[in-house]
Amino acid sequence: MKLDSKIPSGPLAQKWDKHKFDMKLVNPANKRKFDVIVVGSGLAGASSAATMAELGYRVKCFCFQDSPRRAHSIAAQGGINAAKNYQNDGDSVYRLFYDTIKGGDFRAREANVYRLAQVSVNIIDQCVAQGVPFAREYGGLLANRSFGGAQVSRTFYARGQTGQQLLLGAYQALCRQIGKGNVKMYPRTEMVDLVVVDGHAKGVIIRDLVTGEITAHAADAVVLATGGYGNVFYLSTNAKGCNVTATWRAYKKGAAFANPCYTQIHPTCIPVSGEHQSKLTLMSESLRNDGRVWVPKKKGDTRRPDQIPEEERDYVLERKYPSFGNLAPRDISSRAAKEVCDEGRGVGPGGLGVYLDFADAIKRLGEDTIRERYANLFDMYEKITGENAYKTPMRIYPAVHYTMGGSWVDYNLMSSIPGLFVIGEANFSDHGANRLGASALMQGLADGYFILPYTIGNYFASEKQPKPKLDHPEFKKAMEGVQALTKKLLSINGKRTVTSFHRELGKLMWDKCGMARSAESLKEALKRIPELRAEFWKNVKVTGEGAALNQDLEAAGRVADFLEFAELLCLDALTREESCGGHFRVEYQEEGEAKRDDEHFAFVSAWEYQGPDKPPILNKEPLVYEEVHMSTRSYK
Amino acid sequence: MNLTLRVWRQKDANDPGKMVEYPANNIIPDMSFLEMLDVVNEGLIAKGEDPIAFDSDCREGICGTCSLVINGVAHGGQRGTTACQLHMRFFKDGDTITIEPWRARAFPVLKDLVTDRGAFDRIVQAGGFVSVNTGGTPDGNAIPVGKVESDLAMDAAACIGCGACVAACKNASAMLFVSAKVSHLSLLPQGKVEKNQRVLSMVKQMDKEGFGNCTVTGSCEAVCPKEISLNFIARMNREYGMATLKGADIKGRSGD
Repeated sequence: MKLDSKIPSGPLAQKWDKHKFDMKLVNPANKRKFDVIVVGSGLAGASSAATMAELGYRVKCFCFQDSPRRAHSIAAQGGINAAKNYQNDGDSVYRLFYDTIKGGDFRAREANVYRLAQVSVNIIDQCVAQGVPFAREYGGLLANRSFGGAQVSRTFYARGQTGQQLLLGAYQALCRQIGKGNVKMYPRTEMVDLVVVDGHAKGVIIRDLVTGEITAHAADAVVLATGGYGNVFYLSTNAKGCNVTATWRAYKKGAAFANPCYTQIHPTCIPVSGEHQSKLTLMSESLRNDGRVWVPKKKGDTRRPDQIPEEERDYVLERKYPSFGNLAPRDISSRAAKEVCDEGRGVGPGGLGVYLDFADAIKRLGEDTIRERYANLFDMYEKITGENAYKTPMRIYPAVHYTMGGSWVDYNLMSSIPGLFVIGEANFSDHGANRLGASALMQGLADGYFILPYTIGNYFASEKQPKPKLDHPEFKKAMEGVQALTKKLLSINGKRTVTSFHRELGKLMWDKCGMARSAESLKEALKRIPELRAEFWKNVKVTGEGAALNQDLEAAGRVADFLEFAELLCLDALTREESCGGHFRVEYQEEGEAKRDDEHFAFVSAWEYQGPDKPPILNKEPLVYEEVHMSTRSYK
Repeated sequence: MNLTLRVWRQKDANDPGKMVEYPANNIIPDMSFLEMLDVVNEGLIAKGEDPIAFDSDCREGICGTCSLVINGVAHGGQRGTTACQLHMRFFKDGDTITIEPWRARAFPVLKDLVTDRGAFDRIVQAGGFVSVNTGGTPDGNAIPVGKVESDLAMDAAACIGCGACVAACKNASAMLFVSAKVSHLSLLPQGKVEKNQRVLSMVKQMDKEGFGNCTVTGSCEAVCPKEISLNFIARMNREYGMATLKGADIKGRSGD
């Protein structure tokens, strides 16, 4: 496979403008002749579907939720970055670009990130015009706050519900187009296969989750906006329904999968309380502004936290990173928590947790100030744990939160299958090996509102591929494949539930390919995953029937894909013999810190499927930095 | 702890449905209500029985997917809490818990505890938006918004569209949901331009979907997981009255 990133020539700051001019346009009257399928209705999916419909394309949008308003973008709390420099504190497009590249540990594509920073300012304008109720100052202007990895205040927010409000903005724009008849919305549907005709993506196979009916849909282009794959770890902060199925089935049709080993683990989540746990809940990182992280010095200390005297406490982050202290970046804080728990000094049930203690801040500022700052988070913590964090320290533990890897895309956000575009968290392009806070919302909306609607027109105007009819043999073949898979899952009738496999896979991934990875642990995982997969296909029990609402069957299909995908994730982690961002290999460290190897690993790993029993091919897209100098991150 | 569940089982939209009893044993107080149902379902699957279908997604109280009437109360009666954030420590060993779907003509049951809330989407499609296309918008700070109005708009915008208000209302009225969207947008200068058209179109669609009328009992506010205030209904009634007097034309309007 030849990977052409199609980065425009010319100076970095002018690439996007130049490219916009160079791209071919589709005449307004001709736009209505093109059908586009959008899978997913989160920030990227809803914003792109609405915008393309406004331009005149005929859009079909599919989502597995019962309404497009429920996609998991809704759960983002913190905010959205934009280089507006409203605070007059020295922010600029270049600074946002540089912070993002550096935060990504120099593993992102320079031109994409620069464009992201450029369009960030348009996103805020667009959202304000839609009526997104961003926080305001008394003078009526927009308020900002600061966030991890940046020294300027460039984060816009709407209480603790920024993701929800941005998604409702995009959802309402989408609803407007549905009402006008320009978008046909299909809630409670799942994409189960991609259809490729003569090398171009020309349609999808869809399962109706209410009736179980399987239908084919043809189009001139397909857009995947299907989110990340964090649920391969079973427990993550993702919603229960989040899955890798769309991008994975596209991978098996030829869409290269890039950097699957770049997974982000968030340090401040509520710890697991038992085997029954179905998901993990994130507590905003802002808590670390006032909370102090500590564990007992003694192993297996089961005393209540208030019985442990000051001199018997280890304030881990303050000890290891005196200059950043409790505000050390996500990956570093997460690893520090894991280390002390591995030493047997973790707190709470199961010993997987560290304290985040607000006692000093409450003494210094008073309980009212802390309440003002974090009341909603303290309330949420109490709902879940039944503990009052004003009186006793919170317990936190890292959890999988976001996945930087995804389908490989070029500068036009097109995958290695022409006509298949991948946007938002589902692609790999902008965050490198680690994403900064408040940047996921920015990327989803940049792709959907301001990038894809341009680049897809260029594809239509240059390729002029005919849209196939639904009786084309490729559609028939894909339909039959899906039906056979459903039949097979329902006929195994083994002894283990789908969840038990998912849970076992997740635990394996977390232990062997989680916060710290080694050649040894990864090889063990690579041996165990195929065994587990084989057992799944022999011994899983899926109840009910195919032609009905069957949540067990839905889960089975997704877990089947995770069982394949997990292997690629581990393989990618094994071949990347360096530590960078969210990928920490214990063999590659210097005084406990991640050691990047720019000489040998400054590339994107784009994996190419070869067939069910053949190892995939690793294609490398070199990362060329024209503008920035690759430096080492240090937080000591 | 050990509990007895009485759960509404309904094979599909055409099945009359009935309550079925299940034991829920070895439940841990730290489980969420939905995790308790997961455990029961695991047991049912192991026995080869059809698991109880229920909706959920984010499981952190923000997506609005989960929708259970627990012991007669939408979301189970913890103030400001969705069913997914309700934890088993609020129940006692030996309790019998009744679990039903949202019940409203406009939310038909699809299976067991899963309902079709598409009516809410259609109300938004009728006018719950600001008519701006992507691009060509003024700078964000070109439209100043007072902090008080902005905060109030955010209070209304916090609605997660779960439908508990409808489920709690004896008339199955959707007034709290509709008024939250109407108020969110009409409180902001960006949304004022279309406010008459919007309220008329949305109310028209609401009536068409078969939701009942509001008799201001306040049961909607009591169960709302985002504690949306009843005041927004009063605000919408006022707006609706004004819009009717001004006689905005809504014929043939599909939101342009």
